[in-house]
Amino acid sequence: MHKRLFALLAILLSLALLASACGDDEETETVAEPEPAAAEPEPDPEPEPETTEAPEPEPEPETTEAPEAPEPEMTDISVGLVFDIGGRGDQSFNDSAAAGIERAAAELGITFTEASPEPDGSNRGELLQLAADAHDIVIGVGFLFEGDAAAVGAENPDTRFGVVDSAMLNFGADPVAPYGENIAGLVFAEHEGSFLVGAAAALKSQTGKIGFIGGVANVGGLIERFEAGFNAGARTVNPDIEIIGDYITEAPDFDGFNAPDRAKEIALAMYEEGADIVYHAAGGSGAGLFQAALEQSEATGSKVWAIGVDSDQYHTADAGVRDYILTSMLKRVDVSIFEMIKSVIDGTMQPGPTAYDLSVDGVGYSTSGGFVDDIAGELEALKAQIVSGDIAVPTEP
Amino acid sequence: MTERLTHRLMLASAAPIAAVVIAVVLSSIVLLISGSNPLAAYADMVQHASKLETQVDILNRATPLYLSGVAAAIGFRMNLFNIGVEGQYLLAFIVAAHLGAQVELPSVLHIAFILVVAMAVGGMFSGAAGVLKVTRGVNEVISTIMLNAVVISGLAAWWIVEWQAGGEISATGGRVGTEPIAESGLLPDINSWLEVFTREVGLGKKLTGMLVVALVVGVVYHVILNRTVFGFDLRSSGANPTASHVGGVSPKRMVVIAMTLSGMVAGLVGMTELMDTGYYPSNPISLLGFTGIAVALLGRNHPAGVAVAALIFGFLDVSSGILQISGAASREIVEIMKGVIILTAVIAYEVVRRIREREEAAAAAAAMAASPGADA
Repeated sequence: MHKRLFALLAILLSLALLASACGDDEETETVAEPEPAAAEPEPDPEPEPETTEAPEPEPEPETTEAPEAPEPEMTDISVGLVFDIGGRGDQSFNDSAAAGIERAAAELGITFTEASPEPDGSNRGELLQLAADAHDIVIGVGFLFEGDAAAVGAENPDTRFGVVDSAMLNFGADPVAPYGENIAGLVFAEHEGSFLVGAAAALKSQTGKIGFIGGVANVGGLIERFEAGFNAGARTVNPDIEIIGDYITEAPDFDGFNAPDRAKEIALAMYEEGADIVYHAAGGSGAGLFQAALEQSEATGSKVWAIGVDSDQYHTADAGVRDYILTSMLKRVDVSIFEMIKSVIDGTMQPGPTAYDLSVDGVGYSTSGGFVDDIAGELEALKAQIVSGDIAVPTEP
Repeated sequence: MTERLTHRLMLASAAPIAAVVIAVVLSSIVLLISGSNPLAAYADMVQHASKLETQVDILNRATPLYLSGVAAAIGFRMNLFNIGVEGQYLLAFIVAAHLGAQVELPSVLHIAFILVVAMAVGGMFSGAAGVLKVTRGVNEVISTIMLNAVVISGLAAWWIVEWQAGGEISATGGRVGTEPIAESGLLPDINSWLEVFTREVGLGKKLTGMLVVALVVGVVYHVILNRTVFGFDLRSSGANPTASHVGGVSPKRMVVIAMTLSGMVAGLVGMTELMDTGYYPSNPISLLGFTGIAVALLGRNHPAGVAVAALIFGFLDVSSGILQISGAASREIVEIMKGVIILTAVIAYEVVRRIREREEAAAAAAAMAASPGADA
């Protein structure tokens, strides 16, 4: 009896291990969930001032240097890219990062290796260290690498480190300072991307009424930047547009980033009030918005839309709701990684946060599903005006 | 007589050696099929593991796995399947992290307080499954699986919000988590002990002080199980509850006690991370409870066996990084190796057991035949 039980157990366990070895997709969805939910569930109220300042001054050197970019000379720089759990195939940050490193290999001639942590997330620091042993640049995909990158970065001062979606500022220091001269944070000008999806919403709205759902209010104005950009974009194309804005929770209650049920209630109320397109900057809560769009559309027979955030949610959300996702505000992880590597080669890498904005395509909107193809011309024109400075996108609503 | 002893020793060591050899052969085949060079992969793994810093990583990884393995093994010895180690350690982790940050005590007391809280929480939570089993007949497999869900998507998810430290955490690592525990509550690393034997540990690696706690747990587990009346009752009650009931041991009492003890050890699993970082993060190292079941199985529930199993798993886990970075193989090969080792180990043990049985039967038969002068 005893022995049989153990034999059975052994077989079950082996199968489970094999399954977990093969079934990466599932892990990506379950374990890595908080990561695409990256409407920054970082609770630090302080990052705001820095991050808001960063977008404006930082990318400028990039823009000025852009013309002389095409020099596909080979370098002997090598990069160690460390994905978050699940690695390639998540249709989100990891895949985007892979695209960025491949572009860097093709255009800048760098060599690279990839690694991803154990499914339990136990060896991020080890991987960064191993990558640092073998490479000139080490990039961690996702803010979960912040603590480990700061520690490993301090041990390897000659290696450059980049962390996607984290400012890499030490808020424990006084004054607040980058973790180290060799450590960069790859962040995004979310307000500019939100501007474009706001414009798309206003152009597509039949009712003249649209909505915004923020995850958590008062996280140092972090999510308010999404709202400010969205509102400005919508009003630019339609000054009479009516915008309903709401937040799920207020800091220090961080539930709002992972409360699909509450997001769904808010979204349904907005649709009832006549809004036909709702944008969310609420991380994991977005699933509730998509569900609400589906249910409202089916209940009333007239189609309402949702707009996704961070990654192309047409691909990351449930297949059943993707036809209700008009577009998504994209953080272009691929661009940030490419530009960061380039800045190291050019010797212009800045410690601390660098915000990648529209001028380098660091943010943008997705076209999956083809729902915004008819207004692509208008959106591109607006984008050009932002890049040229004709339109200044506000960061506060 | 000595000849027989050597024979028995050979039989005993045959199983694990055969398991490892077969596992290496099977893994090599998988590596070849997946287009990697097995020799290069093994060379990378061995070369990496020969570094002191990697050895610290392996020990740090093996420590929680050992505790988790012992927690599962305590249940197994009583014929109980505690699948709930996962939930028990995460619950103990978050409660100990929270309460540990609320008190101010001298260092030794502070550390003891945190460890006791963790053991108490784990023990009570696991004991609840034991009580359910003996009073309501709920199978502990079902109840512990459900209690896992209660912790992972219930209590821990709720309390991480409730006990959120706000901006303070970002100072130490930019993550969401409970309030950091003061320095006095953190078990210091034991690098200095290691450095007595070798050179200084570099790269900022710290050998966890929980290693000492794990060793103590292992010794206590061994002594209680094999050198006390209670341990005898536990084993006999697990092997045959009816017989030991007749012998005066209440199986119900033993079930509750065994589950509680298992949970107490489970409560210590998360302490390796807590003593390192000082808080419960939004993404604690998870799955250790489930891996512990595999570790206990591979280690045959024996205190030393579980330690060897934990070290093997630690070694394989740590190898995952170097295989990826050097490009020798993909990360998944490590998971496949773990599965293969468990399977081959169980099969090898079973084969050895049958050989031994047959030999004993043959020896007995021979002794019977030559009954007057049976001295072999």
